Amino acid sequence: MANDTIEIKVCLGTSGNAAGGEEVLRMFRHYIFEKGIEARIGKRCSPSKVGCRGFCSKDVLVDVIANDSRTTYQSVTPIMVERIVEEHVLGGAPIAEWTVKDEYASFNAKQRKVVLGPCGEIDPDNIDDYLAMRGYRAAKKAMTTMTPDGVVDEVIRSGLRGRGGSGFRTGEKWKACRSVPSDTKYVVCNIGEVNRPLAEGNPQAIIEGLLIGGYAVGASKGYLYIRERYHLSVERLRNALVQARERGFIGRDLFGSGFDFDIEFSFGTEAFICGEETALMESIEGRRAMPRVRPPFPAYRGLWGKPTVINNAETFSNIPLIIGMGSAWFAAIGTEHSKGTKIFTLSGKVRNNGLVEIPMGMPFRDIVYGIGGGIEGDKALKAIQVGGPSGGIIPTSMLDLGLDYENLARVGSIVGSGGMVVFDEDDCIVSVAKFYIEFLQRESCGKCVPCRIGTKRMLELLTKITGGTGTEEDLKTLERLSGVMASTSLCGLGRTAPNPFLTSFNHFKDEYLAHIREKKCPAGVCTALITFSVIADKCKACGLCRRACPANAITGAPKVVHAIDAAKCVKCGACYRACKFKAIKKQ
Amino acid sequence: MSSNDKHTHDGSPSSPLSRLSSLSPVTLTIDGRPIEVLPGTTVLAAAQQLGIHIPVLCHHPKLSVTGACRVCIVEINGQPVTSCTALAENGMEVTTASPYIEGLRKDILDLILSDHPYDCMVCERAGDCELQELAYKYQIRTPVFHGERRIYPKRDGNPFIERDMEKCILCGRCVKVCDEVQGVGAIDYAYKGFGTKICPPFERDLDCEFCGQCVSVCPTGALVSKPSLCKGRTRDVRTVETVCPYCGCGCNITYDVVKNEVIRAGSRPETINEGWLCVKGRFGFSFINSPDRLKAPLIRKNGKLTAASWEETFAYLGERLRSIRDMHGPDAIGGFASARCTNEENYLFQKMMRAAIGTNNIDHCARY
Repeated sequence: MANDTIEIKVCLGTSGNAAGGEEVLRMFRHYIFEKGIEARIGKRCSPSKVGCRGFCSKDVLVDVIANDSRTTYQSVTPIMVERIVEEHVLGGAPIAEWTVKDEYASFNAKQRKVVLGPCGEIDPDNIDDYLAMRGYRAAKKAMTTMTPDGVVDEVIRSGLRGRGGSGFRTGEKWKACRSVPSDTKYVVCNIGEVNRPLAEGNPQAIIEGLLIGGYAVGASKGYLYIRERYHLSVERLRNALVQARERGFIGRDLFGSGFDFDIEFSFGTEAFICGEETALMESIEGRRAMPRVRPPFPAYRGLWGKPTVINNAETFSNIPLIIGMGSAWFAAIGTEHSKGTKIFTLSGKVRNNGLVEIPMGMPFRDIVYGIGGGIEGDKALKAIQVGGPSGGIIPTSMLDLGLDYENLARVGSIVGSGGMVVFDEDDCIVSVAKFYIEFLQRESCGKCVPCRIGTKRMLELLTKITGGTGTEEDLKTLERLSGVMASTSLCGLGRTAPNPFLTSFNHFKDEYLAHIREKKCPAGVCTALITFSVIADKCKACGLCRRACPANAITGAPKVVHAIDAAKCVKCGACYRACKFKAIKKQ
Repeated sequence: MSSNDKHTHDGSPSSPLSRLSSLSPVTLTIDGRPIEVLPGTTVLAAAQQLGIHIPVLCHHPKLSVTGACRVCIVEINGQPVTSCTALAENGMEVTTASPYIEGLRKDILDLILSDHPYDCMVCERAGDCELQELAYKYQIRTPVFHGERRIYPKRDGNPFIERDMEKCILCGRCVKVCDEVQGVGAIDYAYKGFGTKICPPFERDLDCEFCGQCVSVCPTGALVSKPSLCKGRTRDVRTVETVCPYCGCGCNITYDVVKNEVIRAGSRPETINEGWLCVKGRFGFSFINSPDRLKAPLIRKNGKLTAASWEETFAYLGERLRSIRDMHGPDAIGGFASARCTNEENYLFQKMMRAAIGTNNIDHCARY
């Protein structure tokens, strides 16, 4: 970093925006201009926006880089800006009490930010920032020094697998598409929820990846498929497209190679199923997103019947790195069959929630206790749900399992789009499974019977169990139903829909049986199965619970031990939370 | 399904690519019996060629592949695959009815029936219902996977098609016939998940051309003809083959007749019109038994229409036409022919107008 510049980087991803980042950035610009900072310190001082750097719970994050040292401030609000400018930028003394704590370092320490790397560093709306970090060199290298087959081979050698769901080998997919003779081919980039930080932080990398993909398979048209609701992603991608077009990275005869390529948006609808590649194509073609029959696979007959490659934004973002730095560099990261890194949204009961990028093969323990900083309130970890709604539930006993495609498949889960939710001892595993099945039921496209009706019946049976009326026969029915759905559903959604139940039942059978045999919810979540009572010894008769109760179910007076009328109790838990003496028993 | 992305189920490969490669047939084995078929043929079609029956619900031989009902699953090289979507390949080993497959099939039917009203006793389609047949074959009395059923009010103000969406199994045949055959697209899927439903836009009453093709392909009693309600089920009728009287297309019609009354019109798939009909052919038969129907010619006498014999009528007509022509010239007379007459009758009619009466004032209802 040059010493004659002070850089101020304000996190302006979706989360940074929501926390008021726009205003923070505006204030920085305002003070620096108003106080003539640049003239006073004799240095350039450039506040700029950057994409998400993952630690969203402490947004707005602001980096001040001066004299080769970087200070990160957390939870910055507009009123804090003046003091940062005065004391740090002008005075050269960082404000210690506002900087990030140790957790920020531990959050970042075990991560390997390859794809996400530039997201917190460059201004996503400025193509020069991207070019300064070797942007579009990979595309130039591919088109001027490599044949399309050479590019495909390089991607095959890298071992990159699709980051969108099933983990199909990207190079093989490209090779298949390349091998089909056709005058028209398409490449499609699906930008899902988990890809938003990429689109918001480094949109040019997605475009460059798509460009190289188009060159490799022989497509001259690319689509960016994204929900219109993701306004910020759309805006930044649109800006990026305009700039890339201005600089001649999209258009005719790119890099003098004779290769033409154009990119267009296609806006999706609000449906989970749009992530399924054949449903996605239906959606682009203007129909209701319902999966098509496979085979033929899209690589052979896809969009409008033409050979089509569909990858998600994370996969495409890896491409410029693979071509630019070489497949050997990429293949050195990860495990034998799962190369590179994977982005996850780490959430749930961990201390550090956020967006993380880890090398494939990292044990869950490192993710939860290293990056995640352990469980909130030092409670016991119960399970980790990986791979989005149709992923699997990993129990504590598998904490040392390395996270890669093979291991997850072995335990009945998927890498999926990269969701990771951590549950602690206060979470009921049956309710967790029910929650995911409910989502999948709602998002089933309704086309095939096993998914449409199967998920509904699963949901009903799980609801029965959490409601205390389940039987052991119901568990058998659930298992049978899972088998039918997994083997006969039309697309991946229905085939993986039983995963939340199957994996949780596999590892937490006792908890299911407790709901059924003892009519108890060990975690105290299922309201039908819990009762609240007052522990007489501990009750100080303060009346807090009585006043908190919305159902007037608590009787008592000053100096008279309180009691809960079970018939009136609606099990809302207000008394439990209100009591300062832990005198309410939930069981 | 895009128009260039279809293969039909009747065994005819339809993509240009597969037609080119049809020079070399593929050989597969179905239930231990080898068969040679053209590339692009589905496993289902190949099985049908061998006379092996595989149950289907969403599949229709004249519509594109759907793969929604999953009832036609078979075991291909050990994996359960829907036979309506799988294309025959060399060396394929297909088992159509192993205990494993039959078990899955029964469970899928069980799921469908768990969301289907049990009112076969009053259903129009009883005895002619593809779902009922399969329930009978697989002996599903009470579904194992019982649970909530979709409840929809029956309300559709149109005069022709009764839509009972509770009985709909979402096979999608009606959507496809409307789009692919009729080119109308009046209905489509709406909503997601268990509440998925086929309906006209914004759930308004059906407002289409009422060809009734959807009724003709519906495998259950979800879509039935309103004029036929409660008049007789398929097994109670006498069928009469005839030709549609409405236009020169000459579609073949099969009338269902109960007690000398036409209650329903349909058409067989092997006919010249491939079993398709339009609104007139399918629903326009109420005139046959109408009390208002003319049974004898009427002549207005003293301001009142009175029945007359054909002899009297022709004599009257000849006399009046001659006198009008003599008094006002032949162009005072005009003739209007009907599409419901045959070509020969229409030819003779214009001949009479031109040669006998001497006018070119002749027109026809089919002239737009």
